Amino acid sequence: MGSLLAATDVGTAETVVFWVLAPIALLAALAVVLARSAVHAALFLVVDLFCLAVFYAVQDAPFLAAVQITVYAGAIMVLFLFVLMLVGVDRSDSLVETLRGQRVAAVLLALGFAGLLGFGISDAVLDMDSVGLEAANRESNVLGIARLLFTDYVFVFEVTSALLIVAALGAMVLAHKERTGPRPSQRSMSQRRFGRGSAPTGPGVYAETQDAHEPALLPSGAPADDSGASGHSAAGGQTGSAGGGA
Amino acid sequence: MSPAYYLFLSAALFSIGAAGVLLRRNAIVVFMCVELMLNAVNLTLVTFSRMRGTLDGQIMAFFVMVVAAAEVVVGLAIIVTIFRTRQSASVDDANLLKW
Repeated sequence: MGSLLAATDVGTAETVVFWVLAPIALLAALAVVLARSAVHAALFLVVDLFCLAVFYAVQDAPFLAAVQITVYAGAIMVLFLFVLMLVGVDRSDSLVETLRGQRVAAVLLALGFAGLLGFGISDAVLDMDSVGLEAANRESNVLGIARLLFTDYVFVFEVTSALLIVAALGAMVLAHKERTGPRPSQRSMSQRRFGRGSAPTGPGVYAETQDAHEPALLPSGAPADDSGASGHSAAGGQTGSAGGGA
Repeated sequence: MSPAYYLFLSAALFSIGAAGVLLRRNAIVVFMCVELMLNAVNLTLVTFSRMRGTLDGQIMAFFVMVVAAAEVVVGLAIIVTIFRTRQSASVDDANLLKW
């Protein structure tokens, strides 16, 4: 504990920032894991990414903080939410345990792993002296990073460009869908939706037929009073046939 | 306070992310937990960079971000493809390679 207090090379302001944001980051991370809805998990992940960006900023890494916000909290999270909307947000996780005792084992493993990491860190680096980045950041953080990036790490940097191109091409190939049948027209889509033997209409769609003399339906399923066809509702009680109104 | 506290925070975040990968069934949430783990490692790299007094750790964190961006693009494309063929984003339903 003495070595803990001796190694006070972090300023007061940074200490305050750490103790305010670290619990927020931890709670947000827990919420990512525990949130039932995937959209909520994504939003909590954004909170976590912002906390980490602040940690980068106070640790003399302003360039990485900016990249974290633009690339991670901006681009990557937008991509996540976009795919979530594409896949359907109402598909919540099933809570059925497919392997018996998997949850307990996973939590125990995670706790054990955290314990191992924690003891390892406290053994190895807790009383290590921190040099600080004042010398390395003398010109400016961006200049220092650029100097390293375009000298020592220039080959890695070039390989990264190949990686990005391959990833973009791979995503295009994977997400591309080959059309095997004829292009669906508005008429064929409408017939598939309302025709005989079609699946029940999706959420947010109240109509089950497109016949002109069927009344408009309220969300409760009752015919609307001011619907133009409500007078015919008794006569046209049967559901319309496929594509009747088209 | 020593900068090593950042390492404890990052270890906790990494463990939470690992637990999420093991616990969740929705492929997109599993993917978000992987991102959480990557970010925890980035915090470690930035902290080590500061403790060592060189910028190499920050460069490494930068490359981790680049690789993570590429990985997210390809991974989400795979999830969309699986969803198209199996109508499900659950990791339990993609079982054709199961032995």
